[in-house]
Amino acid sequence: MRLNKIILSFVSALVILLSTSVASFAKVVGDKIILGAAISLTGKYSSNGVHTQNGYNMAVDRINSMGGVKVGGKTYKFDIIYYDDESNPKRAAQLAERLISQDGVEFMLGPYSSGLTKAIAPVTEKYGVPMVEANGASRSLFTKGYKYLFAVLAPANLYLDVAIETAVELNGGKPVRIAQAFEQDAFSQDVRLGILDAAERTGSKIIIDDKLPKELNDMAATLVKVKQMKPDVLVVSGHTKGALTAIRQIAEMKVDVPMLAMTHCDAAKLSKQHGKNSQYALCASQWHKSLTYKDDFFKDGMTYAADFQKEFGYDPPYQSAESSAALLVFKDAFERANSFDQKKVRDALAATNMQTFYGNIKFAPGGQNVDKPMVLFQVMCDASGSCENKVVAPLKWASAKLIHPIPKWSER
Amino acid sequence: MDFLVFQYPMITVQACLDGILLGVLFALIAYGMALQWGVMNIINIAQGDLVILGGYIAYFMYLYGIHPAWGVIVAPVIMYFVGIAIYKLVINKVVDRDLFISILATFGISILFMQLMNFAFGADVVLANSGYGTTMLFDSNVVLPNSKIFSAFISILFAACLVIYMKKSKLGRAIRATAQNARAAKILGVDTEKVYAATFGINAALCGVAGALISITFTIHPYMGLPYTIRSFMIVIVAGLGNLPGVAMSGMGLGVFEEFADYILGTEFRIGSVFLLLVLILVYRRFKLSRKREYLK
Repeated sequence: MRLNKIILSFVSALVILLSTSVASFAKVVGDKIILGAAISLTGKYSSNGVHTQNGYNMAVDRINSMGGVKVGGKTYKFDIIYYDDESNPKRAAQLAERLISQDGVEFMLGPYSSGLTKAIAPVTEKYGVPMVEANGASRSLFTKGYKYLFAVLAPANLYLDVAIETAVELNGGKPVRIAQAFEQDAFSQDVRLGILDAAERTGSKIIIDDKLPKELNDMAATLVKVKQMKPDVLVVSGHTKGALTAIRQIAEMKVDVPMLAMTHCDAAKLSKQHGKNSQYALCASQWHKSLTYKDDFFKDGMTYAADFQKEFGYDPPYQSAESSAALLVFKDAFERANSFDQKKVRDALAATNMQTFYGNIKFAPGGQNVDKPMVLFQVMCDASGSCENKVVAPLKWASAKLIHPIPKWSER
Repeated sequence: MDFLVFQYPMITVQACLDGILLGVLFALIAYGMALQWGVMNIINIAQGDLVILGGYIAYFMYLYGIHPAWGVIVAPVIMYFVGIAIYKLVINKVVDRDLFISILATFGISILFMQLMNFAFGADVVLANSGYGTTMLFDSNVVLPNSKIFSAFISILFAACLVIYMKKSKLGRAIRATAQNARAAKILGVDTEKVYAATFGINAALCGVAGALISITFTIHPYMGLPYTIRSFMIVIVAGLGNLPGVAMSGMGLGVFEEFADYILGTEFRIGSVFLLLVLILVYRRFKLSRKREYLK
């Protein structure tokens, strides 16, 4: 009997202890709104993971210092619990579980990359935790009917279809011949689907359609085909290694193609690593600092870039900008919901319609942002060999005129 | 892809040349692996990671304004000592055990190296620009980047030096003796411990050279080592141990095979076709072996 009592009291003490400790970690403590995020601080995505974290931190500091979030007449500040997911989807899913069920986090920020977002989304969905993510663009994220996933960025299939349309336009509205090479991963294959759509829409023909391996560092075979078949546009997407490999080998093999469109140019620091060889490459980007969107916190792209440079010592890549935007979206949704109820916040997120320095944000039922077009910039170099990325499309933000066709190597 | 190779005959020439230049580089890495395998009976899973580390040495020289081509001299020297250190710390404890233990040990080293490189150098893909131009052949229908020609030339040079060294020098003879029969060599006064350390060092140095060349011709990244391990494993399997001309031939053969697989089947089947070839060769060897045994009976 006595033993039973002791056990009972021990268990109840444990329960009380646990419940209080969970409460002390829960989403809103005192004047703090605690968000959770699993981020790749080590492993193969660590550089972009750090860009993401810097973007989040910058926005948290800015929002907190400018008055925080006002809910129910009270002012709250943001705080983020970070865990390192080691660039590993399994680990990311575990950490999401841990954030939600152990740390009691009720609102999440996304990880870096489509693959990791895909791993986390089922977990946040299961617990009904609203997640605003800024770095998962894969189309498959938005076709699963997730109700609690919101992405501030444009989906992957829209990355390069502007390029095809521009090429058709420059060809006098006539269809073009497209050569394409994509890595075999979720993101790049989505970009490919976008190109297929654009080709069908414009009646263009795809004459080379290569899939690049994950361990890609040689695409000479594709480029030899390009040299022989002379397409009007060459499209390459394979993360940073794809961009770097393509530029190196195009220059070495003197491949002449009127238009070259790619992804991940700024992440690859193309103009820094390749200098003049990267000239004329067209790059898809979610954001560029010269865009003229505005908000109250970061003012505009130029100011954001300057502030970011001051704090972290480098020019912000779009991964940082979109991550900062995610926090602005959360703040806006909390204030409109005027509550910390997950359902109400979710509904407020779904009704988001705002402008940030990063772009307009309005979510489709699938969760993707439909109000922000992709921009294309072109690498342009001056005579001294210093290169700059200049926006060339859409025309509304163009700060330079597209150079087309790309001059032949023999004439450079 | 359809039959581009026939539509554009120049592609055949291009594929052969590309394949040979690439294959020579593979053969250099495979030669190191064969040497080590033959002498110490160790299959080094960390081979590719040693290559990448060598690449980073050349990359950092490039970053500090030294032409990366000097990497082919500096990288092997540094890598030789890295190799000796790995031997003293880990390999000498597993060298007499069965193959499985040593595979596990080198697998562990491979993971450790990947993570350390990621930690130290970051996860960015990098490359070193050599500034070498391009050679155009056949009315500029066939293009060969000079960096590829340079890397093939250096690979052959190093392989040739090594062959001469193995034949002529005292250490080379000791290494060959140990490979034939370690116990007998020991009885005859060869310090096998020293031979093992030197072998591991030489292998790491070869990886260093190859890595420096790869940073000049392709790109490097902390996690890109594995394909090089697999390719060299494949080459050694095909050629057999202690068969240098075989390693060179099967290296070039593999290079050309990959290029043609790329044109005919498509880029997505490039690595897959290598594996398929590996399976076919193993089955064929098995078949040959079983016939031999019957004959002996």
